[in-house]
Amino acid sequence: MRIGVPRESGEHETRVAATPATVVGLTDLGATVVVEPGAGERASFTDAAYAAAGAELGDPWSADVVLALRTPDAERLDRLAPGTTLIAMVGPARHPELLADLARRGLTVLATDAVPRISRAQSLDVLSSMANIAGYRAVVEAAHRFGRFFTGQVTAAGKVPPAKVLVAGAGVAGLAAIGAASSLGAVVRATDPRPEVAEQVRSLGGEFLAVEAGGAAQESSDGYARATSAAYDARAAEIYTEQAADVDVVITTALIPGRPAPRLLTASDVALMKPGSVVVDMAAGQGGNVEGSVPDEVVVTDNGVTIIGDTDLAARLPTQASQLYGTNLLNLLKLLVPESDGRLVLDLDDVVVRAVTVAHHGEVLWPPPPIPVSAGAGGNVHSASVEPAASTPVVAPARVASPGRRYALIAVGLAALFAATAFAPPALATNLTVFVLAVVIGYYVIGKVHHALHTPLMSVTNAISGVVVVGALLQFGQHGTVVSVLAAVAVLLASINIVGGFAVTRRMLAMFTKGPAR
Amino acid sequence: MSPETAATAAYIVAALLTVMSLAGLSRHETARAGVAYGIAGMAVALVATVVLAAQSLTAGGVALLAAAMVVGGGVGLWRARVVEMTGMPELIALLHSFVGLAAVLVGWNGYLEVEGSHAGGTSAAPTTVAPELLGIHSVEVAVGVFIGAVTFTGSIVAYGKLSGRMKSRPLTLPGKNALNLGALVAFAALTVGFTVSPSLGLMIAITAVALALGWHLVASIGGGDMPVVVSMLNSYSGWAAAASGFLLDNTLLIVTGALVGSSGAYLSYVMCQAMNRSFLSVIAGGFGVESGTSASGAEGEHREVDADEVAEMLAEASSVVIVPGYGMAVAQAQYPVAELTRRLAERGIEVRFGIHPVAGRLPGHMNVLLAEAKVPYDIVLEMDEINDDLATTGVVLVIGANDTVNPAAMEDPGSPIAGMPVLRVWEAKNVVVFKRSMAVGYAGVQNPLFFRENTSMIFGDARARVEDILKAL
Repeated sequence: MRIGVPRESGEHETRVAATPATVVGLTDLGATVVVEPGAGERASFTDAAYAAAGAELGDPWSADVVLALRTPDAERLDRLAPGTTLIAMVGPARHPELLADLARRGLTVLATDAVPRISRAQSLDVLSSMANIAGYRAVVEAAHRFGRFFTGQVTAAGKVPPAKVLVAGAGVAGLAAIGAASSLGAVVRATDPRPEVAEQVRSLGGEFLAVEAGGAAQESSDGYARATSAAYDARAAEIYTEQAADVDVVITTALIPGRPAPRLLTASDVALMKPGSVVVDMAAGQGGNVEGSVPDEVVVTDNGVTIIGDTDLAARLPTQASQLYGTNLLNLLKLLVPESDGRLVLDLDDVVVRAVTVAHHGEVLWPPPPIPVSAGAGGNVHSASVEPAASTPVVAPARVASPGRRYALIAVGLAALFAATAFAPPALATNLTVFVLAVVIGYYVIGKVHHALHTPLMSVTNAISGVVVVGALLQFGQHGTVVSVLAAVAVLLASINIVGGFAVTRRMLAMFTKGPAR
Repeated sequence: MSPETAATAAYIVAALLTVMSLAGLSRHETARAGVAYGIAGMAVALVATVVLAAQSLTAGGVALLAAAMVVGGGVGLWRARVVEMTGMPELIALLHSFVGLAAVLVGWNGYLEVEGSHAGGTSAAPTTVAPELLGIHSVEVAVGVFIGAVTFTGSIVAYGKLSGRMKSRPLTLPGKNALNLGALVAFAALTVGFTVSPSLGLMIAITAVALALGWHLVASIGGGDMPVVVSMLNSYSGWAAAASGFLLDNTLLIVTGALVGSSGAYLSYVMCQAMNRSFLSVIAGGFGVESGTSASGAEGEHREVDADEVAEMLAEASSVVIVPGYGMAVAQAQYPVAELTRRLAERGIEVRFGIHPVAGRLPGHMNVLLAEAKVPYDIVLEMDEINDDLATTGVVLVIGANDTVNPAAMEDPGSPIAGMPVLRVWEAKNVVVFKRSMAVGYAGVQNPLFFRENTSMIFGDARARVEDILKAL
């Protein structure tokens, strides 16, 4: 398998999809890595470093697998042979026409930004790793534009108050921003519609501003924030208005998958802010949380408030962003190359693989069937607000094991049973009937066994299977000495089983006692 | 009413009692009644059979049978009395092997009675099988012996591994799956040959192949997966009894065998789900396959505490969850643990137990041990019942459990136990892990839990340490 790593074509794209460190990992998977000369230049990785890590320098577009940040432009896509696997941030929900084009080219496309939010897939989650960087960078950008200290000081020349920072949305980006701002010494406040993140906010040194509106609290079942109720929005708007007048820096990170970003700060809120204040709108690319923000531009309002709408925050830490992205891709490839033998296995039954595969064999496979997600499990700080809009809520999964198939299986099984019985002699047929019914009864009878009773149940069934003694008894004394001796031995063994099994079960059950009513 | 019809009637009663027994065993409230039904059913079946068999027997024969049953029963009773609750898995595995062997013997007798007397002409006794049914009889003999023999050697190996007489490491012969498959193919071929022309040589070959297969199936499974294996063998022993029933044309054997077989298989299936294993790969003995790649060895600094500090932590907590594992069984720590539970409860601290479905070496192993130590069963909860409460728990005591509380199962897709549901103990405020040393668990995976900030380790024999904590409280 050859893995190609091109130089990113986008003007603002400073990152690269593999670093010398991940090249080593990719090589360990049995792949040959081909890096386009100059691919890592803007992320401070030299061609020599790639070569030293074992990569070839050459044309990445002829490789079997191409790793990229952004979807390559049409001219570059033309250089990919059909059947090539392209791994990049495709944004499948936002670019259906692009997906159709990729599928038409016969490419297998894995969207790194469509990784499901399950614990197992955390190490592949590009959105989280990039959001983390962006959140940090948002604070740095704000500090850069903000003409004051973040931390408070008492000096011989007088007292300096600490800056007050409001972070809207405590997802991965929001939490990174809270951590960065509070470690600079600012007073940090945060809002989020999900009350369960309050603890995470506090753990990073922030103060959680709960929005108290009846019934508005939402538990997130899939790890993403959802749209909020009208009552909630009204109360939240009041909080933003109050805070706008008070704080010096606002960083907004609120995004809802598949929808435009919610409007959190109105123009009148911004007008209330003190001159010199800074707003970073991390959702500017998706419509903006702040009225008046412009994507990729810095706007200064009439009252002297700076609104930063940069959308390439993660790309401004290109070395580390590349390293994290590259590691995410390496983890993805580890999943795809299970034997580490250089063979790519696309197991579409694996939910993670299924979710990221958006085009395969000329078909568009987006959206994937919904997955029950264990968000909040496993101590993950996992609740993204900053998501370049992932999936819209999906209804009809395309490729689920259909009930038709199950019925077919049942039909085949029944037909086989029918045939077996129909051609069997009458005596056997009766026995088969009894057998089949008993199997079904056994299954249902045991259906709801309490976990704690597994052992007693097993020892009782063990005793019951000693019923084989009946067979031995009937054989005894019928056909000569050898048979009788063997039968006697069988009777002896089965008797140990019967008595031992029942006795031990009784002993166990005698020990199970219910506690005093509490 | 002839003795035959009476026996048939008795068998129906016995079969129904067996069904009621299994149904009763599914719930605590009815469990004891379930055992009573089971004993009654077995007694009915035995009496009916003995009466039926005694008709054609001499007094000497009856005496011999009675002696065999009494001796067998005596041995069984004795073993059941003296067995330690921690030794329960071994006992059950050993008992399974008896059923397997008995089924093999019954199968061989079937052969000696019918095919053997036809072919060799050594016995003058008339056969009871019509010529056109002979082929079917031969197949039944072969299948019965096969299942019985697999159960027999499989259980013996399981017993050896559980009791420490054999190494619990999975045996990895080259091409183990091919070996298993080859054994099955060989069995099929031999059965066809045996059906066409029954001979002693083929009979011996079938038995030998089955014995070897049973041994290899279980030998290639690691000790950590034993709960599922024991449950699977339980199911096999049921199928063996059912096969004997087909052979002897005995409805009772078919019914009870099938009941045990299907319920055992379902139980195994439930456990496989709990461990995120493929059910098919268990039946095929393909368990240990994936244990090769011990991924990223999590390393770090662990923090050690002593009994006094743990006691202090417990005293300050409002809720405590105890997560026991096989280590508690080994150290016989269930008594001091139960005492600790009572003492904490007296102080108004909420104490509960979280039991992973595969903790220990037998399904429900921990429940049995805790019950032995008189821990009320309503505070002993399953993984799914307790997992969501762990985040609000003050202190979690992990006593001799390792893989079942390993966060790597959820967080490290490269881990050999990836995807296995685990108790999320690391979400609690404090976690105290009782361990003999920093060695890895059964799955051979390092546990990043030990290096977490809210985790502290207390080393040494679990029983001694818990007693120290009791003193310090």
